[in-house]
Amino acid sequence: MEFAELIKTATVESVLLSGAGLPPVRGTLCITSHHLLLSSRPGGDGAPGTVELWLLIRNVDAVEKRVQNLGWYQPPRTNSSQRDTRFGFSRPLDSANLPGSARLRANPRGSPLTQQKRELQLLPLGHARGPRGRACRPAPRASLPCASAPTRGAADPSPASPRLAGSSGTITLRCKDLKVLQLEIPGMEECLNVASSIEALSSVDSVMMMYPFFYRPQDLRLEAGWHLFPLEQYYQQIATQTSQWRLSGVNRDFAACPTYPPAVIVPAAVDDEALRKAARFRQGGRFPVLSYYHQKNGTVMLRSSQPLTGPNRKRCREDELLLGTVLDEGERGFIIDTRSAQAAKQARMTGGGTEPKSSYPRWKRLHRPLERGRPLQESFIKLVDACNDTSLTMDRWLSRLESCRWLSHVKAALSTACLAAQCLDREEACVLVHGAEGTDTTLLVTALAQLILDPGCRTLAGFQGLLEREWIEAGHPFHLRCARSAYSHARLKQEAPLFLLFLDCVWQLGRQFPFSLEFGERLLLTLFDNAYASSYGTFLGNNEKERCLCKVKESTHSLWAWLNQPEEKRKYLNPLYSRNALVIWPSVEPQSIQLWQGLFFRWIRSSKYLDEAWAEIQRLVENDDTSVEESAGNRRSQSLSDTAAQTENER
Amino acid sequence: MEHIRTTKVEQVKLLDRFSTSNKSLTGTLYLTATHLLFIESSQRETWILHHHIAAVEKLPLTTSGCPLVIQCKNFRIVHFVVPRERDCHDIYNSLLQLSRTAQYDELYAFSYNPKQNSSEQVKGWQLIDLAEEYKRMGVPNANWQLSDANRDYKICETYPKELYVPRTASKPIIVGSSKFRSKGRFPVLSYYHKDKEAAICRCSQPLSGFSARCLEDEHMLQAISKANPSNRFMYVMDTRPKLNAMANRAAGKGYENEDNYSNIRFQFVGIENIHVMRSSLQKLLEVSGTKGLSVNDFLSGLENSGWLRHIKAVLDAAVFLVKAIAVESASVLVHCSDGWDRTSQVCSLGALLLDSYYRTIKGFMVLIEKDWISFGHKFSDRCCQLDGDPKEISPVFTQFLESVWNLTEQFPQGFEYNEAFLLQIHEHVHSCQFGNFLGNCQKEREELKFKEKTYSLWPFLLQEQKKYQNPLYNPDFSPELTLLEPNTVSFNFKFWRNMYHQFDRSMHPRQSVLDLIMNMSEQNKQMEKDIKELEAKIKRKNSQSDAVLVKEPLQSAPPAPMALKTSPCFKKEQPLMPVNDSVRTIEGSNTADNRYSEFMEEFSKAEPAVVSLEYGMARMTC
Repeated sequence: MEFAELIKTATVESVLLSGAGLPPVRGTLCITSHHLLLSSRPGGDGAPGTVELWLLIRNVDAVEKRVQNLGWYQPPRTNSSQRDTRFGFSRPLDSANLPGSARLRANPRGSPLTQQKRELQLLPLGHARGPRGRACRPAPRASLPCASAPTRGAADPSPASPRLAGSSGTITLRCKDLKVLQLEIPGMEECLNVASSIEALSSVDSVMMMYPFFYRPQDLRLEAGWHLFPLEQYYQQIATQTSQWRLSGVNRDFAACPTYPPAVIVPAAVDDEALRKAARFRQGGRFPVLSYYHQKNGTVMLRSSQPLTGPNRKRCREDELLLGTVLDEGERGFIIDTRSAQAAKQARMTGGGTEPKSSYPRWKRLHRPLERGRPLQESFIKLVDACNDTSLTMDRWLSRLESCRWLSHVKAALSTACLAAQCLDREEACVLVHGAEGTDTTLLVTALAQLILDPGCRTLAGFQGLLEREWIEAGHPFHLRCARSAYSHARLKQEAPLFLLFLDCVWQLGRQFPFSLEFGERLLLTLFDNAYASSYGTFLGNNEKERCLCKVKESTHSLWAWLNQPEEKRKYLNPLYSRNALVIWPSVEPQSIQLWQGLFFRWIRSSKYLDEAWAEIQRLVENDDTSVEESAGNRRSQSLSDTAAQTENER
Repeated sequence: MEHIRTTKVEQVKLLDRFSTSNKSLTGTLYLTATHLLFIESSQRETWILHHHIAAVEKLPLTTSGCPLVIQCKNFRIVHFVVPRERDCHDIYNSLLQLSRTAQYDELYAFSYNPKQNSSEQVKGWQLIDLAEEYKRMGVPNANWQLSDANRDYKICETYPKELYVPRTASKPIIVGSSKFRSKGRFPVLSYYHKDKEAAICRCSQPLSGFSARCLEDEHMLQAISKANPSNRFMYVMDTRPKLNAMANRAAGKGYENEDNYSNIRFQFVGIENIHVMRSSLQKLLEVSGTKGLSVNDFLSGLENSGWLRHIKAVLDAAVFLVKAIAVESASVLVHCSDGWDRTSQVCSLGALLLDSYYRTIKGFMVLIEKDWISFGHKFSDRCCQLDGDPKEISPVFTQFLESVWNLTEQFPQGFEYNEAFLLQIHEHVHSCQFGNFLGNCQKEREELKFKEKTYSLWPFLLQEQKKYQNPLYNPDFSPELTLLEPNTVSFNFKFWRNMYHQFDRSMHPRQSVLDLIMNMSEQNKQMEKDIKELEAKIKRKNSQSDAVLVKEPLQSAPPAPMALKTSPCFKKEQPLMPVNDSVRTIEGSNTADNRYSEFMEEFSKAEPAVVSLEYGMARMTC
C-alpha cells in the first residue's frame, strides 16, 4: 500500500482552522502521509508562513464533514449532520480566557522541517487516482449520493472546479486526545477529498506503517531509551534477594506464552517443563508469574490469566504445584479474581473458569468485579460526550456523570488495588491477581498496587519502569485497546480505555498525596496522548512478540528517550515531590474521588488561572529550594541525589 | 448550670462515623456550662460548643452501652457510646436544654471573656467602619448622599441607620416608597462602582398585588437610574423564580410592572426560597453521611438534593448583575421577597466579583458587615441561635460562603484569604461566641447593647490572619481584571468536601499543598529577614574592620563567612528543616496503620470469609 494512494488532495489553500478556544487562523493545509499541517500565509515581506497546526493523522479519531452553498445540491439530513448541530460548534467556547500559548502544535519540536519536506516531495503533489479502496469503508456519512469523486479531472491541481466555485465545506476533526478541530475548506470537492484522505490515512491499521517507523528526530539516537529498564535485571535482582525465585528462559522464543516477554520470573522449585504444562492450562498461556516482590515482608504478587478448568473441571498438577510452592508451610494466599463470582463460573462454559477450592486448598478466592472491554469503552464515550456538552444544567450534568459510571470504575479499580496491597502489606499473604485474559484489569490492579506499596515506583524513572514492566512487556494489547478513542463512529472492536483508567487512578493518588509522586499531571496527559497516537514506538503493538517481529526497538524511537532529555524531563516533574517511604493508602470514598478535569476538560475550559497558580507554586518551591540550598550547604540537593541513587539501586 | 446533672462520664466510646467496624476510641466525657468535652485516653481532646449542637439523638440500647449521636451545625457528627443508660439519659437531657437558648444574654458571647480590656473591646468593634467603606466606594458624591431618614429606625426597622440614596430622592419619596415595599425595605445603595458610575441597590418586593402602583416608588427608581450618568436604563432583578413572585401577588405583594416604571428592564433569576434551601441541605447531608456510599448513590444523591444547582443559581445571578454593571454600565436594583436572604447573596457576590478589595481579608469582613449584618440578614433566625421557629432556619449564608469557595477554586490567586478563613467564619456564625452575628438586625443589636457586652470576631481573625492567608495570592494576578469572570458551567461546581466533611479526616488528602506552601513562604520571609539582619551585621563588621585594617580591605572579607556560620540565623535553620519535613509526612497514615492492625489479629484468630474493602481500609469479617 502506498500512502500516496490514500491522499486525494495534498494541499488546499485558504483553509480556516478553528477550535479549542483559539482565534481562527487561515492558511495552507497540507496532507502528508502521517501529518496534517496548516501553515498560515506568509506575510507581505515574504516571511515564511508559520506552522499553526501539526497534527499526527493517527491522532484523528473521527472525521465529520458538512458541505454548504451547493445550490443544486441539498445535503441530506444524515446522522452526522444531526450530530453536528447537537454539538453546536457555533457555541462560544469561552475562548477569551484561553492562553495563547496553547497554540495547536501537535508536535512542535518533533520532525525537523527538512524531513517533512522530503516526505512532501515523495508524494505527488496533485493527487493519485487510486481505487478508493479502504478509504471508502468508513462510509463518509455526508458524502454525495451520486457524485462522490469522479467529477474531478485527473490532472487538475486547481483548488476547485469552476462549476462548484463558491461552495465550501467544513470538516470537524475529533482527535483521540479529545481535542476538536474545525477546518473550513473552500471548494466542496476539496473538502470531501481532504476528509476522505484523512479518514483513510487515520484508519491505516498496520503497525509497520505507523509514523514511529518514519520519525527520525536529529537529537535522539534510535537505540536510546529501549534498554533503560531491562526486565531481566529487575527480575534477577529479586531472584538474588530470595532463593525461592528464578529467572526463566522458558519463553525466550515466545513459545510458552506469546503475550509474555522473553524473561519471566517463577518459583525456583518449578522447572521449565512444568511451566510449559502450566501454560497450557492457562488462557493464552499466561501461567502465574511474579509481578512484584514486597521487600518489607517477602510476600509476592503474582499474575496470570484464568485457568482453563472448563465445564469438566479439568485440573493441572503443574499449575497446582506452581502455586503451591509459592506458599510456605502453613501459609495462605489470596486469589483476587477481577470478575464477579458468577462471571467466573460462567466462564467455565467457554473453557475458562477459576481455581476451585478443592484443588488449591491454601488459596482463598476473592471476587472483585472490574469493568473492562465494551462497557468500559462506552463509559468513556458517555463521559466525554457529557463533558463536551457545556450547556447542561446542573441536574443533567450530575445525572450524566452518574450514568456514565466512570468514577465508579475509578473507585472500583482503586479499591481492588488497595485490597491487593493490603493483603501483601497487612496480612502478609501472597496474592495472585487474574481476570479472564489477564491482560487488562489484571494489569490495572497489579500496577496500581505497586504504586501504592513501593516508593520506588513513584519516582519518574520508577514509574516508567513500572509501565514498561506491568503494561508494555506484560502484554497489554495497546494496539487493539487504543485503536479508537471516545469520538469514533467506527464499530467498536476491542477498544477499551484501561490504560486511561489506570492513569486516572494514578492522578487520584497524586491528588491525595501531592508530595509522594515525583511526576505531575503533565506526564499522565502525555502518556495518554502517546498511548493513542505517538511519534514513538513505545506503545506500538500488542505484546513483545509483535514488537520483535516488527523490529520496533530497532526502527523506532523510544518515548522514554525523549521524555528523559533533561529539558524535557523538567516539565514532567512534580516540584513538591519528596520521597515518602510509606505505603500510600488512598481514600476511596466517593467524596474523595474527583473527575480528572485536566484530562476531560483539557480542550473545553480555560485553565489559565489554574496554570498560573501552579507556576506560582513552582516558583515558591524553587525559591525555597535555592534559599535552603544556599544556606544549608546544599543539604536538599544532597538528599535528592540520595534518592536518585536509591532508585538507581532499586533498579 | 441547673441543667447539668452529670458532669463527667468515664469509659465512653467515640465511634468513627464512617467505619462499619466497631473500632472506637475510649475516653472520658465532660459536660461544662458551655462545652461538651471528650478526652481520649491518648489525651486528644474534642470540644463541642453547646451552641453548635443542632440535634441530639439517643439510639436504642446496645450490648456495649447507650449510643448518643450529636449533630452539629458545623457538620460535625459524633457518635458516643455511654456505658450506663442513666448517664446517657442525663447527658442527653442536659444537652437538649443547653443547646436551646431562650434569651440572647444566655448565649456564650455574654460569658466569653477573651481578656481584653474595655478600650480594646471598643477598638475591636471599630475595626470595621462602614462609613469609611462607603467613602472608599466614592459616596457621598454628586449623585448619591447619606440619608438620615432612618435615624431612629422609624422608616425601616431592619435597615441600618445610615443609608445612601440618590440625591434626587427626597424624604417624602423615601417614605412613600418604603410604604410600598415589604417590611419598609425601600431601595438603597449597596455598592457603588466608581468607574462605571453604576450602583447596586437593594430593596424588598413591592406591595403591588395585581395592579397597585406607588408614584413615590416609581420616582425612587427613576432617581436611581438618573443617578447613573452613563446609562439611563436600569435593571430590576427579582431573584425569585417567576412562579413564586406571581404567587406573592395574590398576597398583595409581587413584582414591578415594567409599564409603570420608566427605563427599567425587569428580570427574574430564579433562586429558590429558604425552605427549599433548608430541605436541600438536609438531603445533601443525608447522602454524604451514608456509610459505605457508592459513587453512583453519591452522585444521584447530590443531584437529587439540588444543592449544587442552587449554588450555581446564586452565582449565575451574581454574574448577571456584574455583566449589567461592567458591560452596560447600568445600575441594578436587586430584590427578593423581604430582601435579606437572596438579595444579600446576590449583592455581596456581585460586589465581590466587581471589586478586588472584597477579595482581601479585611475587605471580606467589610463585605459581610455591610451586605449581611447591617442590612439585616436574620442570622439569629437562620442559624437558630435562640430556640425558635425551625421553619426560619436556612443555610443562606453557608451558600454564600460556598459560592465564594467555588470562586477561590477557579481563581486560586485572586483571593487573599484561603478556605480556612471561610470555614472559620462559618464556625463562628453558629458559635455565638462573638457579638457580630447575634440578633437579626442592627436595631436589635443596639437595644441589647451587644457592643458593650460582647466582643467582635474580626480582631481575633486578624490577629491570627497568618492562618487564613492564601500564599498564592497575587493582588494583580490579572491587572486587566479587577473584575472576575467566573465560568459557571455545571462541571465547575464541586462538592465542598472540606466543609461538609471537615471533621472526617480520613476523607481528605493526606498531604496538603496549601500548608506546605504557607510554611515555605513563611520560611522565605523569615530568611529574608535574617539575610537583612546579616547584611546589616556584615556592614557593621566591615565598617569596623575597615577602621582597623584599612590597608587590607581584601582580607576583611573572610571573617564575614566565618561569622555566617555562627550567626543566629543558622541556629534557627536547624528547627526550620524539621518543620518542613513534618509538613511533608503523611497525615493520617498513622491512623490507617492503627486501623489495619486490628485486622491482623482477626486474621490470626479465624479464617476470614470475606475481605471487604471500605474507604481504602480493608476489613475482614468472619
